[in-house]
Amino acid sequence: MNSIEIKNIYKSYKDAKALENISFEVKKGEIFGLIGPDGAGKTTLFRILTTLLLKDSGSASVEGFDVEKDYKAIRNIIGYMPGRFSLYQDLTVEENLKFFATIFDTSIEDNYELIKDIYVQIEPFRKRKAGQLSGGMKQKLALCCALIHQPKVLFLDEPTTGVDPVSRHEFWEMLKKLKDKGITIMVSTPYMDEASLCDRIALIQSGRIMRIDTLDNIVSAFPGNLYAVKSGNMIALNFDLKDFSGISSSYIFGEYIHISLKKDNDENMIMEFLKMKGHSDIEISKLQPGIEDCFMELMNNPENR
Amino acid sequence: MKKFTGFFIKECLHLIRDYRTMMILIGMPVIQIILFGFAIRNELNSVNIGILDKSKDEITTELTSKILSSEYFILKEYFTDERQIDTSFKKGHIKEVIIFESGFAEKLKKEGRAEVQIITDASEPNMANLALSYTTSIIQNYSMTLSKGKDQPLIISPEIKMLYNEELKSVFMFVPGIMATLLMLISAMMTSITITKEKEFGTMEVLLASPLKPYQIIFGKVAPYLLLSLVNLALILWISTSVFGMPVRGSYLLLIAECSLFITTALSLGILISTVTSSMQVAMMISLVGLMMPTVLLSGFIFPIENMPWPLQWISHILPAKWFVIIIKNIMLKGTGFSYVYKETAVLVLMTVFLLGLSIKKFKTRL
Amino acid sequence: MNEDIIITEDLTKKFGSFIACDKISFSVKKGEIFGFLGANGAGKTTAIRMLCGLILPTSGKATIGGFDIYKDTEKIKLNIGYMSQKFSLYEDLTVKENIQFYGGIYRLSPKDIKERSKQLIGELGLESSENSLIKSLPLGWRQKLAFSIAIQHEPKIVFLDEPTSGVDPVTRRQFWDLIYKAAGRGISVFVTTHYMDEAEYCGRVSMMVAGKIEAMGTPKELKSRFNSGSMYEVFLHLARGAK
Repeated sequence: MNSIEIKNIYKSYKDAKALENISFEVKKGEIFGLIGPDGAGKTTLFRILTTLLLKDSGSASVEGFDVEKDYKAIRNIIGYMPGRFSLYQDLTVEENLKFFATIFDTSIEDNYELIKDIYVQIEPFRKRKAGQLSGGMKQKLALCCALIHQPKVLFLDEPTTGVDPVSRHEFWEMLKKLKDKGITIMVSTPYMDEASLCDRIALIQSGRIMRIDTLDNIVSAFPGNLYAVKSGNMIALNFDLKDFSGISSSYIFGEYIHISLKKDNDENMIMEFLKMKGHSDIEISKLQPGIEDCFMELMNNPENR
Repeated sequence: MKKFTGFFIKECLHLIRDYRTMMILIGMPVIQIILFGFAIRNELNSVNIGILDKSKDEITTELTSKILSSEYFILKEYFTDERQIDTSFKKGHIKEVIIFESGFAEKLKKEGRAEVQIITDASEPNMANLALSYTTSIIQNYSMTLSKGKDQPLIISPEIKMLYNEELKSVFMFVPGIMATLLMLISAMMTSITITKEKEFGTMEVLLASPLKPYQIIFGKVAPYLLLSLVNLALILWISTSVFGMPVRGSYLLLIAECSLFITTALSLGILISTVTSSMQVAMMISLVGLMMPTVLLSGFIFPIENMPWPLQWISHILPAKWFVIIIKNIMLKGTGFSYVYKETAVLVLMTVFLLGLSIKKFKTRL
Repeated sequence: MNEDIIITEDLTKKFGSFIACDKISFSVKKGEIFGFLGANGAGKTTAIRMLCGLILPTSGKATIGGFDIYKDTEKIKLNIGYMSQKFSLYEDLTVKENIQFYGGIYRLSPKDIKERSKQLIGELGLESSENSLIKSLPLGWRQKLAFSIAIQHEPKIVFLDEPTSGVDPVTRRQFWDLIYKAAGRGISVFVTTHYMDEAEYCGRVSMMVAGKIEAMGTPKELKSRFNSGSMYEVFLHLARGAK
């Protein structure tokens, strides 16, 4: 059973195409990740699904309701957290939460069970104004506000952008608990490492979806051979590798440089090349690709240009 | 209803938290009305006048010295010929001229009445009016002392002539005018800003994605400002009656009802502005330039509508403030009842209904 | 090459009773890429503002490029570059106009500005869009341009506050190539980021927790000290420890 169904959606603004032929489904109770950089079209897609924006063509439904015809019904059953922090900065934590409860005709008490795990973390600050909370706290409060009416589907547009790794980690823990309660969650993020926390992901770039699948399937579909290279002088290594004709791509990755070799090349050739360039302490090892490797490979694929 | 209360409370919290704006909103009317009030009253300090005494007897001399010793007037020119008067006025040397007819004392004794002519420069209507009333009261006082112990009162009758603006229509306009301006400013500008603020801060996105209906959002946002405007109204009325002696000859109830109507009109205008703009800055500019300026300039508060060229007169008809000022003047100054202002009231009601309907219709349910 | 561009000693900033920065001491060498990490609210922004001469410290000492942060704030501002994720370029000006504007701010001569803008546009491959408005450019391009503009007056050090937030992975790496080039020219780079892989690209990293610098060293040192496989684990370890 699908919670969200999207078919052939197109959307363009005055002079720019924002979304091109987007189609996918999100199953009930699934955490679905929309992964891509800023400007990829994630927010546009969220706004169409939350009935805030009209698409140019195609069709979309949330929990069986059409996003245009039945927009009122959808607004009752979704929770939405826009990319920008959109709570009232001059109201306290408690006041914000109360306000959002009343506009959905409900109360904090009625829904305490659902938000309890999250709310206890910000409860010590309930008298503090939302504008004075730290980034991670703001996100937790916004999540509470989006959950206060027990939505069936949760739309989270870049909830972790600009949030430090620890708070991000905590945020995802909360999402997992919500998933266990049967809430469908569609979440977007520019952080590739968060892909592993989603059930399925869509990689989106320049308004087009490059791939939709589980993380494992995407990773195992990576073409070519990926190696991690390291040497005593990483800065020089980075520039030298770019000059080597035997590799199709080379990107720094933490303390290594990931390169993917063209056919008929092997590690020994790189080793020779680097030695010739005067590198020492060279390490080369075969590597399992990660989501970021896949994303960059797909980005460079002419099909996705 | 619960949604409305929730919204209302939230909106009040915003207002209270932003106490600076709140202070301005409450302080501004007070300061403005006091400034206007005193600016108009205090003008009468040492007004330059001219005197043409065609009689030069003991009574005119005594009356002249009474007038000059009153501290309100300074004798700038002592004319000998009526022809000098006009040029002196035009050069702006004097604001008022007092002319005693020839044979003044003799006429007063024989006929029991004599005439004094007072000419004022009414291009500054407020000043002219005040100077005039001061002069006449001095003259009347004097004639009363003269009449004491006599069987028949001696009458010095002032013949008044206003130059340049003969009807002096705008003098009592200032209180109704300020009321219109301030209520317009607070109601229209503040509501347009408060709604666009939600758009600018991105909170509108969440409100729109919720089951709130447009009218719930609008009324929830506007209600606190209606209250605030009523508080302001009370302040303005209190100051203008107690400090400046502005009369309220008609019914207070009717006055407040009409004011509430005007506030609602202004609020609807504010909502309409906010539905077509998306930034606070633009909303503020539109409110200031599009509403405040015409209200101040074209509602007949500073410049009489009758003297305007017809396109401006026509524009003044679509200004709610024009109708409101007429209503208020009728109630406060003339003491008339509803039957005299029902037409103007009807115009305001129609405007309000139209504006409210339009803004609810225009209010976007999407981004 | 061993000249210290930033030296701080017990730098402290209090807001009322709240201590945003608590006795932070570190130094950044010429041409070094220094990663300044920490959780949200740990005091990074306050520290950067002090170092840029935007706010005065409560106590402690610091010099930037040899200038004292209490007395020579104006000189400091001429010798640093600054770029952040939130504010970088004027969206309603074109690429060229932004370059000219910032060149003017740093008192470059019109001739210099002309030369540099040509060179800069060439380096970034922006020739075809030099007259387009910034808002029409993709975020990644904007950030690369903003960085290049921030260093066009050859500052001694450039402060980058989450410069790559939200940028796609390929452009993010191109951005780091620019950083490496700048560092190679001798410009020190002071950078904050939430991408932990980027922490590995820094020469040295400091980790700020609740106003204090809890750890500092090369990524390698930190990983072995905390027995972690990645900087992410180091970060979790330190930030969690504080809670």
